Amino acid sequence: MRGSLPPRGPIRPIRPRLGLSILGADGVKSIHEAALEVLARAGVRFPSERALAILADAGCEVDRRRQVARIPPDVAMVAISRAPRHFTLGARDPADSLSLDGEHCYLSTDGCGIEVYDLQAGSPRRSTWEDVYRSALVADYLDAIAFYWGPTVSAQDVPVAIRPLRELEAAFLGTSKHVQPETIISAEVARWCVEMALAEVGGAEELRRRPIFSVMQCALDPLGQDGGSLEASLVAAEHGIPTGFMPMPMSCATAPATLAGNLVVTTVDALAPLILIQLAYPGAPVFFAAAPTVMDLVTGGYTGGSPEDYLLGGAFNEVCLHYGLPLSMGVMATGAKLPDWQAALDNTLSTIMPVLTGTAMLTGAGLLNGSKIFSFQQLIMDCEIHSVIARVSEGIRVDPEMLATELICRIGPGGNYLADPHTLRHLRAIWRPRVVDRSPYEAWDRSGRRGAFEAATDLAKTIVEQHRPRPVEPSVRREWDRILAAAARQAEAGN
Amino acid sequence: MERDKLLEEMYRVVYDGEVDRAALVAEQALASGLDPLDCLKLGFMPALERVGEEFGRGEKFLPELVAAGEAMQRALAVTGPQLAAARRDLPTPGRVLLGTVEGDIHEIGKRIVGSLLMAAGFEVVDLGVDVPARTFLERTRELQPSLVGLSALLTTTMVRQREVIEVLRQAGVRVQVMVGGAPVTPSWAEEIGADGYAEDASSAVALARRLTGGPGS
Ligand code: B1M
Repeated sequence: MRGSLPPRGPIRPIRPRLGLSILGADGVKSIHEAALEVLARAGVRFPSERALAILADAGCEVDRRRQVARIPPDVAMVAISRAPRHFTLGARDPADSLSLDGEHCYLSTDGCGIEVYDLQAGSPRRSTWEDVYRSALVADYLDAIAFYWGPTVSAQDVPVAIRPLRELEAAFLGTSKHVQPETIISAEVARWCVEMALAEVGGAEELRRRPIFSVMQCALDPLGQDGGSLEASLVAAEHGIPTGFMPMPMSCATAPATLAGNLVVTTVDALAPLILIQLAYPGAPVFFAAAPTVMDLVTGGYTGGSPEDYLLGGAFNEVCLHYGLPLSMGVMATGAKLPDWQAALDNTLSTIMPVLTGTAMLTGAGLLNGSKIFSFQQLIMDCEIHSVIARVSEGIRVDPEMLATELICRIGPGGNYLADPHTLRHLRAIWRPRVVDRSPYEAWDRSGRRGAFEAATDLAKTIVEQHRPRPVEPSVRREWDRILAAAARQAEAGN
Repeated sequence: MERDKLLEEMYRVVYDGEVDRAALVAEQALASGLDPLDCLKLGFMPALERVGEEFGRGEKFLPELVAAGEAMQRALAVTGPQLAAARRDLPTPGRVLLGTVEGDIHEIGKRIVGSLLMAAGFEVVDLGVDVPARTFLERTRELQPSLVGLSALLTTTMVRQREVIEVLRQAGVRVQVMVGGAPVTPSWAEEIGADGYAEDASSAVALARRLTGGPGS
């Protein structure tokens, strides 16, 4: 029996007060200097005529045949200094907008899964448009989720040519929070997405003020970028849409085996496209992104959870803080196939490290099997992990009210604090579980041994049945239909 | 004595994955009059097989296997026709043409499949990433492999596997086709008419052996 769903609360970011330094100032400086040296000596591959022309104009040495640009340190540093330190990720509902102000840390969903554990049947199956919508709907409800990255799964029942647009549509319909696709990898798709956003917010100026979506791209490590992605991001930047580039160097395969070397590749591959955007559109909002990891030595797989990953995940933000720009770090990318012990181990440690180094964005919750299978339950349990970490990272405040010396003396030896006003004043600051099971053994046994997974299943089903997001105006939906039809025609004509 | 030392040296460059020295050692061996077939049979090949076995037992790791395979390739490439011709006389389980399909630049999985196939004795021709169907067809006609392997990591590019199979069939080229990659499933392989699907690199080797009727199949 499921009860009725409490109303959706405001987004709850983390405000970490605990801090951790992994690299230290000397380590950061060494990585920065190594990255500048690599940018200037080896250069980076930009397979886009437009990108190469911009870099050549700015004084980079460009090898057209190899599509490699060598970026001198002064060009790099001037470009980086033009990027805004703080900016806003807008949302359909302005109350859901996020301020990247260096003080808050925001969690998103994970993105681009291939399968979904069906909420009714429990077994994995290929993902569809409906799953994109439903994952957005659940993300909309959960207060730990600040923005929707992805799509969390791919809409494989939609033709490839317009899939990214239909996925953006499903995301906007499912949530009024900020949406950050990682599927906008050509200039045409970027233009269509901008049109869809314009239809929703009502004008170019408003879109600049309140960019309801941003763009996440992958780098092609080591020392390379994807041409389509670069051109898509240039279109986004032109409209004031924030854009970020995510290197995912895998030590031993696409990065040196050593962690410091991995961080140099990560830094170069995150900096290079950011420099390009600043050269083309000075002052355009850009952010760092990264998901560095270490290759599994036996299968060659992307581990998404190992002591090395946790260190890399925490350390890279120290490098980003050196440039003063926000970072989105890949977390919760467990290789576990089910929401189990391994998933909790990986997702807790991969999240706490970047939180403790003050990272601005974390992507993301809900996928299993190395970002391949979506689980509604895992999404909810990841939010629980987030809330535990939010509390831990607040640390312990020490002042007279918190020390409570007066109270302790007043109650004296052998008393208790249960009904004291001091207790009543402070008890709500104590963390409370949403799905973690703390029931007594007998009660748990009688309930059919229900644990966190079962509680999460119930919550997910209730959200899907009862939660309704802020609707999209019918006139906007008609405009989207027109855009989708035009995009489909253009794709058809292009073939 | 000199011969034994050279054979030992050939064995060692591959076993230790000394990619940079492999060609040099192969040249020295040929210059001193060693039979190319002996170089392969008694020098390079046993080393690669041993690395493969040790990898299977968890004693060696993937980068070491890849380095051994690459050292072997270098030796074969630089010394050119002599060794390559000798190799063709050796009984091998077959030649595999491998590539990631058009629009897809994921490389690592395919590379690993290639290395393991090589360690299992297959001759592997790796066409790289973002390979158009037409290229698969042209190279298949030219190289007559016993098996074509198609890797795809994206749900948007797995349809290209179907395209390659259709292009091959339409051109009347008869060759076994194996598919793999993160979004690929046995039912997809069946739907597009592939001859087999492998989930990871070691099952790719087993499948390749089965499809080509090679040893251990
Ligand atoms: C012929 O016979 C065979 C037989 C077996 C075969 C076979 C062939 N091929 C593979 N196998 C099998 O054997 C191998 C060894 O055991 C295995 O190979 P795998 O490749 O599976 O395993 C490797 C050993 C290690 N695994 C990998 O190397 C892939 C890992 C993940 C994280 C991944 C990576 C690293 C990358 N990526 Co991409 N990437 C992901 C991957 C998620 C994941 N966990 O798989 C996936 C596949 N990527 C994805 C995406 C979306 C993208 N990626 C992109 C880019 C990249 C990088 C370049 C950054 C990088 C690749 C680096 C490189 N040089 O190869 C973009 C596409 C670029 C393009 N056009 O191809 C981009 C579109 C992102 C963007 N916005 O730019 C997702 C696909 C989702 C979907 N719905 O299709 C994805 C699942 C991650 C995610 N959730 O976002 C088996 O599959």
